[in-house]
Amino acid sequence: MSQRPGGSDDAPENDGGRFDRLPATAADRRVPGRATRAEVLDWWDERFGVPPETFDGHTFWEKGSGKLWAFADDVPSPIDVEGVGMTFLRTRQEHWKPTTTAVKRWGRLATRNVVTLSPGEASAFAAGHDQALPRWDGDWGYLVAAHELAGDPEPIGVGLYVHGELRSVVPKGYQEELPDLSAADAGAARSE
Amino acid sequence: MNPLDRYAPLVDDEAAFRAACERPLPSVVRVNTILGDADRVAAAFDAEGTGYERADWHDGVFRLSGGSPGTTWPYAHGWVHGQEEVSALPALALDPDPGERVLDACAAPGSKTTQLAALMDDRGTLVGNDTNLGRISALRHNAERLGVTDLVVDQQNARNYSLKHLGFDAFDRVLVDAPCSCEGTVRKNPDALETWTLDHVHEIAGVQKGLLRRAVQATRPGGTVVYSTCTFAPEENEAVLDHVLREEDCRVEPWDPPLDARPGVTGWDGETYDPDVERASRVYPHLNDTGGFFVAKLRVGGDAADGADAEVAA
Repeated sequence: MSQRPGGSDDAPENDGGRFDRLPATAADRRVPGRATRAEVLDWWDERFGVPPETFDGHTFWEKGSGKLWAFADDVPSPIDVEGVGMTFLRTRQEHWKPTTTAVKRWGRLATRNVVTLSPGEASAFAAGHDQALPRWDGDWGYLVAAHELAGDPEPIGVGLYVHGELRSVVPKGYQEELPDLSAADAGAARSE
Repeated sequence: MNPLDRYAPLVDDEAAFRAACERPLPSVVRVNTILGDADRVAAAFDAEGTGYERADWHDGVFRLSGGSPGTTWPYAHGWVHGQEEVSALPALALDPDPGERVLDACAAPGSKTTQLAALMDDRGTLVGNDTNLGRISALRHNAERLGVTDLVVDQQNARNYSLKHLGFDAFDRVLVDAPCSCEGTVRKNPDALETWTLDHVHEIAGVQKGLLRRAVQATRPGGTVVYSTCTFAPEENEAVLDHVLREEDCRVEPWDPPLDARPGVTGWDGETYDPDVERASRVYPHLNDTGGFFVAKLRVGGDAADGADAEVAA
C-alpha cells in the first residue's frame, strides 16, 4: 500500500480493495494515475483498430493498481465485491497490456498489430514458447497472436514482439499442448 | 447402507436405474456462445481429430469420445466448457433475457453461471454469488476464460443476500442450484454415496429452505426462481418446495424439460406435499443416460411490474 503515484498529498488514492469506475476524461480524474475511459477507448483504437463503439455497453473499472475491468452494465461506484466484469487491460505502466481473455473476446475486431501464426507456430505459442519471427515488420510491443481455425482467423492470446522474437505471454494457467493443425490440414487434403 | 436403495420405490425401472448409476459418464462440453458457435466447434474438432457425438436435444452439447476437453483448440479458445449434460437444465429453465438482472445464488465453480451469461447474450447484470473464496476463484477463472463480461462476483451468505450495494432492489430471475447430498453425481463421483448420511440430508435441507426463501424474497413480483439439486432425496427437493410455497408468495410453474423426466413426488416418508410440486422435474440417470437431477421453476407472486407479463399478450 506504499504506492503514491504522484499528485498532491490530499488527492484521493487508488484503493486496491474495491472497484472504482474510471473517470470519463482527464478533467474528471480525481485519483492520480488512474486511466480515463477516453484514454482506454483511444488505446484499443490506436493499438489494434478496435472501434470505440465496441465498448458502448460497457463500463470500465479499476481495482488494484492499474488492473482494469470491463463490465456489461453499470453498478454504483465504488463497489466492494469480488469481481465486476472481466479483466481486460493492465495500465499504470509504460506499455499498457491487454489481457489474454480480452484478446480472446475482442481480438477478432482487431485490424492492426495482429500476427497470424502458422499451425506449428500457433501450437508453440499456445504452449507458452517464445519463437523467432523475423517476417514480422510491424510495430514492436503487444500483438494479437491469431491462427486460422475452422475457416476463419481466431485470436489465441497476447504476444510481445521484441528483437525479432515473438514472446508468448499466455499465462501459465492457459498454456496447453494443443494439436498441430498442419497435420490435420494434410489429412483433410488427402481425404478429398 | 446404499442410499440408492431408498429411492428404488420412486423409479419405474429399478434395474435400469441401478445399472445406469454404475456406468461412468462421458466427458461432455457445452458450447459457449459468447465466443463460439456450435458448427464452428464441430469443424474445429474435425480438423484436429477430436471425436464427438452431438446431443440430439441440444445443439450446443457435445459428448467427447476421449477424456478431458482441455487439450483441444475449441477449449483453448473458450468456445466450449466442460459441463455435465443434465446440468444444462437449470439455466434453460430460468431462461434469462439479455439486459435482465439475474442472481445465481450458489454460483461457483460457474458452469451454470457462464451458461446464464451466454443466454443473456452477455448483457445485463448477472450476479454470481458464493460463500467460499476458493470456489469463487474458480468461478472467476471460468468466467474470464469464457469471455463473460456481465458478471458481478459476490461473496455473501445467500440465505440473507443483500442487494444494497447493487443500486437496485430486486432481481428479474434467481437461480438456486443448491448444495445437496449429490447422489445424482454418483456416475462421476462414486464417493458421493460413501459420505452420504441421513443426518446430512436433514441438515442441508434446512440450508436449502433458507436459500430458496431468500431467493423468492429477492425477486420482483412476476419474476422467476429456479430451484435445482443433483440429489434424489425428496427431503431436499419437494419438501423444500413445499416449505417455501407455504412461507412465501410464489407458485410452481409448469416447465417441460428438453430431456425425459418424471414429475415431482407428492409424498415421502409419511409426509405429503403441496400437489403443485408435481410440476417439478426429476431426471433419473437411466432416462437419458445422464447424471441425476431435480429442477423446479417458480413464479413469484404479487403485482407484476409493467410489461412483466407482456409475453402473454404478445
